[in-house]
Amino acid sequence: MNRIWLFVITVLLAGCDQHVWNDPYPAHDSGANILYSSFEERPKHLDPAQSYSSNETEIISQIYEPPLQYHYLKRPYTLIPQTLSAMPSVTYLNAAGRILPHDAAPDSIAQSVYELHIRPGIHYQPHPAFALDDHGQLRYAHLSANDWRHIHHWQDFRQLGTRELVAADYVYEIKRLASPQVNSPILGLMSEHIAGLQEYADRLSVLAQGLPENAYLDLNRYPLAGAEVVDRYTYRIRLKGKYPQFLYWLAMPFFSPVPSEVDRFYHQPGMTERNFTLDWHPVGTGPYLLSENDPNRQMILTRNPNYHGDNYPVSGEPGDAAAGLLRDAGKPLPFIDQEVFSLEKETIPYWNKFLQGYYDLSGIGSNSFDQAIRVDAQGQPQLTDEMRRKGMGLATAVTASNSYVGFNMLDSVVGGVSERARKLRQAIAIAVDYEEFISIFANGRGIPAQGPIPPGIYGYDDSGADFNPVVYHLVNGKVERRPIGDAKRLLAEAGYPDGRDAKTGAPLVMYLDTPAAGPDAKAGFDWMIKQFAKLNIQLVVRSTDYNRFQDKIRHGSAQMFVWGWNADYPDPENFLFLLYGPNMKVGKNGENVANYQNPQFDALFDKMKYLDNGPERLAIIRQMVDIVRTDSPWLFGYFPKAFGLRQAWMSPTKPNVIANNTLKYRKIDPLLRQQLRKKWNRPVLWPLLALGGLIFALLLPAIWAWRQRERSVAK
Amino acid sequence: MMAYLIRRLFYAVPILLGVNILTFLLFFVVNTPDDMARMHVGRKHVTEQAITQWKVEHGYDKPLFYNRAEHGVSSLTDTIFFNKSLRMFALDFGASDDGRDIAREIKTRAGPSLAIAIPVFVLGLLVNVSFALMMVFFRATYLDRLGVVTAVVLMSISGLFYIIAGQYFFAKLWHLVPISGFAAGLDSWRFVLLPVLVSIVAGMGSGTRWYRSIFLEEMSKDYVRTARAKGLSEWRVLFRHVLQNGMIPILTGAVVVLPLLFMGSLLTESFFGIPGLGSYVIDAIQAQDFAIVRAMVFIGSVLYIFGLWLTDIAYAWADPRVRLS
Repeated sequence: MNRIWLFVITVLLAGCDQHVWNDPYPAHDSGANILYSSFEERPKHLDPAQSYSSNETEIISQIYEPPLQYHYLKRPYTLIPQTLSAMPSVTYLNAAGRILPHDAAPDSIAQSVYELHIRPGIHYQPHPAFALDDHGQLRYAHLSANDWRHIHHWQDFRQLGTRELVAADYVYEIKRLASPQVNSPILGLMSEHIAGLQEYADRLSVLAQGLPENAYLDLNRYPLAGAEVVDRYTYRIRLKGKYPQFLYWLAMPFFSPVPSEVDRFYHQPGMTERNFTLDWHPVGTGPYLLSENDPNRQMILTRNPNYHGDNYPVSGEPGDAAAGLLRDAGKPLPFIDQEVFSLEKETIPYWNKFLQGYYDLSGIGSNSFDQAIRVDAQGQPQLTDEMRRKGMGLATAVTASNSYVGFNMLDSVVGGVSERARKLRQAIAIAVDYEEFISIFANGRGIPAQGPIPPGIYGYDDSGADFNPVVYHLVNGKVERRPIGDAKRLLAEAGYPDGRDAKTGAPLVMYLDTPAAGPDAKAGFDWMIKQFAKLNIQLVVRSTDYNRFQDKIRHGSAQMFVWGWNADYPDPENFLFLLYGPNMKVGKNGENVANYQNPQFDALFDKMKYLDNGPERLAIIRQMVDIVRTDSPWLFGYFPKAFGLRQAWMSPTKPNVIANNTLKYRKIDPLLRQQLRKKWNRPVLWPLLALGGLIFALLLPAIWAWRQRERSVAK
Repeated sequence: MMAYLIRRLFYAVPILLGVNILTFLLFFVVNTPDDMARMHVGRKHVTEQAITQWKVEHGYDKPLFYNRAEHGVSSLTDTIFFNKSLRMFALDFGASDDGRDIAREIKTRAGPSLAIAIPVFVLGLLVNVSFALMMVFFRATYLDRLGVVTAVVLMSISGLFYIIAGQYFFAKLWHLVPISGFAAGLDSWRFVLLPVLVSIVAGMGSGTRWYRSIFLEEMSKDYVRTARAKGLSEWRVLFRHVLQNGMIPILTGAVVVLPLLFMGSLLTESFFGIPGLGSYVIDAIQAQDFAIVRAMVFIGSVLYIFGLWLTDIAYAWADPRVRLS
């Protein structure tokens, strides 16, 4: 008995020191230079030719280095070389192969030739695929079953190697985009631009048919017209016609270098069975390598010992210095040794762990919004006192994305460019109050959209003077939503006075298709029904599963639907093409899901996409925006605003809604983190004693009753 | 007995085949191979060529059950059903649609699931039977009534509440254990403690009431009266005789779930960040990964059949009157 009490006292005394019990990480990491974050869903692909989702690019962008990257601090977003010695040069050729001047008419340009020169001396991360034997041959190019016996991870190979990055690696990756074994999501799009890519894909498909499963298809044996190696450090990409936006693609992981020996290494027999694939074990030249990939629990990025180095930018926007963003100007990157991503599926444990200091960064969910943010008298979001006490910092940024309701322009009621249909759409656009929506459903985190182009993208006017005159008007110099009377008038002009068909007297019934369901979504739908009811329009919400919803969109059988777009790159073309006729969904499988067609808009788009940013381009963009405001093929909805919290030990970071390779700029103070974690997480032991006491108190009468019963005489 | 058990094993074959066909039909009624391809290829810039390519790469370009383009046996074997479902009878689970080896994945995830499920099962059984016996011991007293009321209250509360409350008090407020996460090896006890405690408490209400009713029924039997008449203490009557005779229903409930422990618990694993099998199926359904769904349903069926088989053996062991023939 005495021993038990001794144990209890020891435990209690142990709790009196500053040891932390609830730390989910190993004790030896507590003072290490590690950034802790989480992932909610396991990434599907880590192959740069396949990854497209944000949770995938967030990881591989720290590993792979496409030739270009975005300047960390400059806005508007500016492309700069990443592995290149200078920005790519472009030469325009006509159909006869003659060089054209840079201001040549787009129609006269048959080919654009981009020449890219990479910096010598860049090396890949350590990897067995590069290991050489005594004869200078690849050591693990022909593995047998025996070699596999004790291998569970690529670090388990006895010998790791590296090699210099060469131009051929970039060309190899462009060829991989066409490989049937890879099935890249951008093959269709890039086939329209890269010379010969579609023909190359067709050829590879035929070649792959005769190969056994997982066999290596050596792309080096088959040249691609649109991508060629010039010399060890130079390569060329040939595009059909002119496509200035191609430079933005060169900053995306799709155009990262992949060494052919790595691809060959992962295609050896037995690799797939052990989950050894390029899709799970990326190999790059970037600042980090994926040292642990257990997507069921944890993924760890560790500093790449072979990283060529980079420096923190020395200049940015006005205000960056005052915000502390230039404190590390010129210092070598990266700052952090590791980033640990832990699987965290639920928001409540995630948020609580962030508050305990076990995550360094956090977004703000609806459930935790009130705990983290209060809105001041000027309507600006501020941290609550609790967050301030913890020394947290807040960063907000409008995302390069939109959320809108699309009208199917092929629909017999809301579609088409007739006056009747246009006025109906305009009336609905006035009635659906997105200011209210943002306030109720997004905690104020959003900006009502005045058109298809979000803030931060060229063509967006942030002076406050630009607004959608169909939906808003000026009242005492202030932009306000038009009164519902205007909407009713438009509705009557459209032939539906008071929400009824003027000819038949039948009530106007409209349909909104959505894949969303459940109590959370229902609140939003009820709100939407209420908005339509302002015009006496009966809105029917048709919730369906994701597959059927996509099916309806593809076949153009939905009348209205909720949709959104996340920018691939910061160019207005990437938003305006969502309304470009030849890009419509029905029949052409494009991204214009509203199936909007307006010849004037399309002609302007064809002109605008070739122009450099400048007054001429801006004027055309404005014209295009005015056209779609009038036609109203979308309820433009809103541009979501992202709120990010950082702990006191993190240096200020600048939100970047386009680039993903930002881990190298992050910096933490691990000692401050260690101190604060201890302070915030001292074990509280009295409840255990109280619980023990309660159990004892409950047991006492039971023991007493038992003894009474045992002593009593049977009746 | 052996002949009976072997016969039961053979009965399993048509059951498994039926389960396989049913899973296959249900999955493909809701999802077409095109839907699956679209889900995997992505949502932006997806072309018909990419869809077709994905189907060819993953073997979903074939007919579901019967291939008219083939002749003889190939017309049945060169189908999605044969290639994707029937191969599992040879325990060949293949790769998931994102290319990961399913057998390896199951092996990796089974450990964390069992690290939670086994303590919950053993300790839960112990706690529930003990409380039930205590309530029977104090039957018709205020302690029994208090116990029943507590059990009903415990039963009425959602499992999610226990998880959130457990995390709030033990991890967030008192800082005694990590809120969520998992570690390999011996360090895992810190992460397992709270989910085990929460799961036991969440199951106590129904478990205690179930065992109490079993023991109360036994208490009214003649042999209990005889035992008391012989002067045995109430304690001895309960633990020596009632408990032993109550074993059959306890075994029925317990043994059948024993193999299913392997499958893990969705809610617990999800909230505590346990990388087990519980969330594997749900994730697969959301990702429309038929390869994982069919493999997990198949394993679930095999384990359930195995559980029933074990129950039969346990009956014969616990009650000598039961003869398997």
